[in-house]
Amino acid sequence: MARELLRRLRSWEGLLFVLLLVVLAYNIARVPNFLTVTNQVNLFQLGIEKAIVVLVMTFVIISGEIDLSVASMMGLSAATAAYLFQSGVPMVVAILVALAVGAGFGLINGYFVAVVGLSSLAVTLAGYVGFRGLARLLVQDNSVGGFPEWFTDLGQKGLVGPLTLSILLFFILAIIGTIVLHFSGLGRLTYVIGNSAAVARYSGVSVVRTRLIIFTMSGFISALAGVLMAARLGAVRASTAEGFELDIITVVLLGGVSIFGGVGSMIGVLLSTYLVLNLRNGLVIAGVTGNTQTGIIGLLLILSVLVPNLANQAREWWRRRQADANARAPAEPVVEPTRSQAASG
Amino acid sequence: MSDAILRRIRPEQFREVILLIVTIGLLAFFATQIPDYFNARSVNRLTTGLAIPLVVAVGQVLVVLTRNIDLSVSSIVGLSAYMVGTMLTRDTGIPPIVAALAAMAIGLVLGVINGLIVAYGGVPAIIATLGTLALYRVALVEFSGARTVTTADLPAWLNDVPSATVASFANYDLRLTVAIALVVAILGQLTLRYLPFGRRLYAIGSNPDAARMAGLPAKRDVFTAFVICGTLSGLAGFMFLVRFGNITVTAAQGLELQVVAAVVVGGVNIFGGSGSMVGALLGVLLIEVLQQSLLRWAGMSEFVKDAILGLLILVAVTADTVILGRLREMWVRVRRRDQARAHEATMTDEGGLAHGA
Repeated sequence: MARELLRRLRSWEGLLFVLLLVVLAYNIARVPNFLTVTNQVNLFQLGIEKAIVVLVMTFVIISGEIDLSVASMMGLSAATAAYLFQSGVPMVVAILVALAVGAGFGLINGYFVAVVGLSSLAVTLAGYVGFRGLARLLVQDNSVGGFPEWFTDLGQKGLVGPLTLSILLFFILAIIGTIVLHFSGLGRLTYVIGNSAAVARYSGVSVVRTRLIIFTMSGFISALAGVLMAARLGAVRASTAEGFELDIITVVLLGGVSIFGGVGSMIGVLLSTYLVLNLRNGLVIAGVTGNTQTGIIGLLLILSVLVPNLANQAREWWRRRQADANARAPAEPVVEPTRSQAASG
Repeated sequence: MSDAILRRIRPEQFREVILLIVTIGLLAFFATQIPDYFNARSVNRLTTGLAIPLVVAVGQVLVVLTRNIDLSVSSIVGLSAYMVGTMLTRDTGIPPIVAALAAMAIGLVLGVINGLIVAYGGVPAIIATLGTLALYRVALVEFSGARTVTTADLPAWLNDVPSATVASFANYDLRLTVAIALVVAILGQLTLRYLPFGRRLYAIGSNPDAARMAGLPAKRDVFTAFVICGTLSGLAGFMFLVRFGNITVTAAQGLELQVVAAVVVGGVNIFGGSGSMVGALLGVLLIEVLQQSLLRWAGMSEFVKDAILGLLILVAVTADTVILGRLREMWVRVRRRDQARAHEATMTDEGGLAHGA
């Protein structure tokens, strides 16, 4: 029982859980009302759009690809909705068009990656620059606001109790995402493709279709997050959500998802989402500014890959040294003849 | 006809020719749209604008060739520009060459950090440099305390460097910074072409496993590529300080993507193993021409710039994969046919001899 618990804790999720407890303990010790509902809602509300995009980015990275264009897509969808609203289109229609733009450009990204066969890094780099450019074209350097009250209320006020629409959507999408990733065909295919696209293709998996779905979803969810952000902030600029891709990718990788694809779990990603939200909150309490927070999260990102690597290297080195020492030692009878025979045979 | 061309030129060389034609076409197009397009002042501004991205791009090419990427370059440029700027405001007696070397030393240290994490720590370059992009910027913010280096506090010689001219035709100047950048690019091209280190970079990028098994010092070479990239970014930082004078904490932010875009547009494969400095130079030139010309084009919103740039990257990468892939196939087919024909010829010769004997 105890050993089982220890094994669990030594997994990546376990490590995240322990880290989370440490950060939570710090926050609770420093802030008297930390665990109140209001405070927790505020905590989520501040980074909710990123948290939503993190869910779909998990699929993208597990499938062995990357989408650098998500933050620009958020900006573009917010700008599209704002531009249409400003031109007299009803808000509901404007939102639907913005979401369609997201899905459309996501599909285009997917087309170039899946069908044309380009590197997703290059394609979404083009999206990163291009979508932001389109957003600039739409709202120029203005700040567009004055949205209908129901729209900003959706972004700012509680819909069910204190929970806002964004938070509700996040939890619904998190549940759907977990089910799809771990208990559905699409999820299995995501892992298979991430492990080896070639093997997947020879096994008769429709790699093209799966990639198209994932990239279209990525565009659509990013657009949704962009609209939600417009509602929360009540104003849209061309620079809305600029630089968010760093945070989003960091949270996914910190959640134990391999940048090479094929490895990761939604539980790990959800844990790291909550961990980063709390960490930022704790850093604010400790008086660390926003920019430095980003630096600390960047450091965390590097360490999350570097430390396990170095530990592996050290273990490898130690094992080799032991093997060398054994080889050099005077020929004592081998303790485990069967195993050494098996190795030589 | 096409066979004859394919016998002479490798597909990769087509890429540079096509890029050159596109750039010339673009220049010709803007010349018809913008009155007095080639006046000395704007041409000088265009060439001066090339210097900084070109120097960084040369370093970036070395890294990208090995199937890695360095996103932290903009933070290195900003940090070295700010630190050397501060150094100069405190002691205005420091000679220019020492200031430049100091900037390169700062870049070198930051490049060593990147190289250690990627080459020896085994962290994927995109993760490592995304992290250091943020970290170096934070170091700058912390170091500066949100103060700004201003031109007024800097020594007088600094203001003269940007307009220092090496050679001049009519009013078209070759500025010192541009000349340095070109020398860096030429040295880079020679390194890739003739030095064992340069050749190894291609081998590592083409197939890292094969390179390692063939006994190439892959880790050391990747490390060196990152160190050179950092050092050149430091040099670019010095150029940045010289060019702009006023250095804020956001200095050079976003430069990394302009450079990566230029490198990709210039035909350097993002998966490593192919590309050249000539391509990177053309990529930098193409993007700079586009950016500056769109600003001057009457009736064109300046906001369209980034949208077009994004489209350009996409077109360049697609053309590279689709067209070049087909060219390469044709090239291989022509080679095979020629070889088969040569083989056949020797076979019949031998046959004749055998009969004779």
